[in-house]
Amino acid sequence: MLGLNLPVVIVLAAVGGVLAWRRANTLTWLLYTWVALWAFFKYGFAVPIPRSVATIYLGITGLALVCFASSSRERLSETVQPIARLILEPRYRLALAGLLVALPALAAYNVYADLNVPLEAPGFGREVHPPPPTEMTVHDETVDMATAENPYLHYNHDDPELYGEHLENGRRVYYENCFWCHGDGMGGDGMFAHGLNPVPSNFNDVGTLPILQSSFVHWRIAKGAPGLPGAGTPWDSMMPAWEKFLTTEEMWDVNLFIYDFNGYEPRALGQH
Amino acid sequence: MTRNRILFGIGVLAFVSVIVTVRLGGFLVDNEYRQPDRQVAAQEELGEAELVPRQQGIADEQAADEAEARARPYEEAEYRTVPFVGSRVTVWVLAQLHLLFAAFVLAVPLFAFIIEFVGYVKKEERYNKLAYEFTKLLSVSFSMTATFGAFLTFALIILYPKFTNYLMHIFSPTFLPYVLLFFLEALFLYSYYYGWGKFGPKMHLFLGFMLNIVGTAIMFIANAWLTFMMSPGKRDDIDGDGVPDFVSAVSESGALLSLRDAFFNFTWMPINIHRIIANVAFGGSIAAAYAAFRYLQAKSDEERAHFDWMGYVGNFVAIIAFLPLPFAGYYLAAEIYAFSQTLGIQMMGGTFSWLFVLQAALIGNLFLGANYYLWLGMGRMEGGVHFQKFIKWLLIAIALCFAVWATPRYAISSVSEIAAMGGSSHPQLSYLGQMSAKNTAVNILILSTYMSFLLYRRTGRQSIHPHRQLLTRAQAIVFSSAAALVIFYGVYGYFVDSATRIRFAIPQVYSVLAALVVITVIDLPLYRNAAQSGETKWGRIPAVSQYALIFIALSFTWLMGLMGYVRSGLRQEWHVYGVILDTSPDAYTPSLGFATQVVSVTVLIFFGLIGVVFWLSSLSGKKDYAPGAAAEDGGRLEGGQTA
Repeated sequence: MLGLNLPVVIVLAAVGGVLAWRRANTLTWLLYTWVALWAFFKYGFAVPIPRSVATIYLGITGLALVCFASSSRERLSETVQPIARLILEPRYRLALAGLLVALPALAAYNVYADLNVPLEAPGFGREVHPPPPTEMTVHDETVDMATAENPYLHYNHDDPELYGEHLENGRRVYYENCFWCHGDGMGGDGMFAHGLNPVPSNFNDVGTLPILQSSFVHWRIAKGAPGLPGAGTPWDSMMPAWEKFLTTEEMWDVNLFIYDFNGYEPRALGQH
Repeated sequence: MTRNRILFGIGVLAFVSVIVTVRLGGFLVDNEYRQPDRQVAAQEELGEAELVPRQQGIADEQAADEAEARARPYEEAEYRTVPFVGSRVTVWVLAQLHLLFAAFVLAVPLFAFIIEFVGYVKKEERYNKLAYEFTKLLSVSFSMTATFGAFLTFALIILYPKFTNYLMHIFSPTFLPYVLLFFLEALFLYSYYYGWGKFGPKMHLFLGFMLNIVGTAIMFIANAWLTFMMSPGKRDDIDGDGVPDFVSAVSESGALLSLRDAFFNFTWMPINIHRIIANVAFGGSIAAAYAAFRYLQAKSDEERAHFDWMGYVGNFVAIIAFLPLPFAGYYLAAEIYAFSQTLGIQMMGGTFSWLFVLQAALIGNLFLGANYYLWLGMGRMEGGVHFQKFIKWLLIAIALCFAVWATPRYAISSVSEIAAMGGSSHPQLSYLGQMSAKNTAVNILILSTYMSFLLYRRTGRQSIHPHRQLLTRAQAIVFSSAAALVIFYGVYGYFVDSATRIRFAIPQVYSVLAALVVITVIDLPLYRNAAQSGETKWGRIPAVSQYALIFIALSFTWLMGLMGYVRSGLRQEWHVYGVILDTSPDAYTPSLGFATQVVSVTVLIFFGLIGVVFWLSSLSGKKDYAPGAAAEDGGRLEGGQTA
């Protein structure tokens, strides 16, 4: 449920319930919170969360707990006094000796666990929206990326019939060339998609087409993977440079079609 | 004691310098080329007039070099380099140091003036004293700003002569007014500082007011130069089709078309607004760090009480300015995006986006530090226990929002983690990496911090207002409504397209700002003349609180350095975006690790220098030199005379 590993969550919640029932002291609650969150981040999700993110979360948790423990004299005293008693009172000597063994052992195990991981190739993050150049040349024509717009978009208002013709041409181009990877419904789930990692762009996504100017999409269609910028490489993209196979008009038409099909408008120049 | 230690340190430093200089000279002499003995013998045999072949070769080379140098025509250098460090890093560090001091010098007069004005209206001398204490920091900082400004200018002229010349071509008409304003700034600043208590209050306030006006005008001019480099023109709907057109201030070859458009360019006003607010937040935090420094040095309860109060006010100024800062930053980022999708995508979706994860961590730390300081401050008052129970819930809210803000949309993952997630984003956590979650988190953080402040304000006080229950409930309703609205828009944002989602930020921001204003307006009469359960004991705060103030100042400085790099680095290979290409060897984007190292080293240098400023400023409170007292006090260092 909710992508959580329910047995782990239930056990952690149950331990918390027991602590509440037994009216545990501040130090116990602090230790429980940190350990429970560590266990939750490590085992609590059906799909484990990346270690880098878990480290950020645990860092924040640690900082917050230190702030809490020292945010008043009373609370600091409640936190420190059990530790002082453990160190100073003779009746806790056995526990203290156990702790003195357990803490270095825990640190040693942590080092062992960190090093004892299977060897694997480094992973590469993916930037979904690579930064475009300021201008590009397509079929000997220079396109200013800041100002270029789909030349047929205005037909939507000025000449709907002509607009329809361009859309129809775009549909043809899409289903002849693009749908293999991007899918029938443009969900990035075409028949070849399962063989690609990362998967092709999902044009249904509200965070993709609407935030891009049509010049950006034109750049991606025309230049494909070979035209991706140096920064942020490797891109792991299989997108062909369609300028080698399609005319400029066909590329603008398919650009028009993918926006129209998904019911989105390209982001306008100067739009926030 | 401290003075003698410093004098001793200077003596040791001078001694070490002499030794190093002598050793260096010896090293150079030792490594000078020497003729082998047999060559000397051979030359002695040949006599003075004849040279051995090697000497002849060297002489010929020198003659050829000289002839070439004479024949070479004069050429303008395009770039010059700095060994080891490089031109870019040199200019980068100098610009950052100049900006940090400049920000401080512009911010302190702003709140010193306000504090003095409050003291004038309330007729309370302690405010006047506090304003003077803040102003003490200005004199040395102003010199530092000017020194680094000159250093930066020379570095630009030497290292980037062609580009600097180009900027002069565009902005030369603004230079004279700038210098004139700088002169006026010095005049007002020194008359404001040295004239404390020498002029009537109204005249003195006028000087402070003029100091702020002139300082702000200077910043506006300098902002035009730097924003022009990012957006050399404006957007205007020229053809009336409702779509903004780009109006360049320069021709394709870079020739100036309109100074007005170059000056009032697209990102000029967003930077002005962002910088004014950020300067006040930064200046407040540095002034609070100064107070913390003095608090930790204090030897009497009276001193501790004074600097505790000063630290509180400095931090209060910093946090009040900090609350609207995310909105100003958001406005600036939105304008950059609107100006150029390339810059926008580079910033928020490209390489630079990783720096925003660091930004989130720093801002989260700032919020946590600010709240922590307020919670510790409750210990100053009797009756603070009553509100302690709320701290846990505030901390949970803050830590949760901090975690949401620091969640990257695409996490750094290993291959097996990517395989398990089916991509670079986690199926659940990726929702937290989106704008809706981030906007919600920052708004809740602001509300939580304000709630901490309200609790602090109420600690040890009991309202005697006849409608106190009604008004408190009204405050709770306003607060809860704002929080509910922020969360509602945050969740709803996942179900609409991005253009609509981005616009949801506006009602979120307005609801929070409105809540802050309404709650404050209710709170003022509610707690006017409130009954106090005990006296506020300034100085009765754990020492760790002072380290929290220093931590906040450090985080602010780091944040400024980091975000300054993002704004400037976005241009990538352009000196002036889209117009003048950077063709120097440094025309590449450094790795994020290297960039953060440069920023960190700059922050360390700044704190070293601001430490000098603090020390110099603290001298004014010291006792005057008296020979007898010095012998008693510093006898150990001047032992030669006293032993």
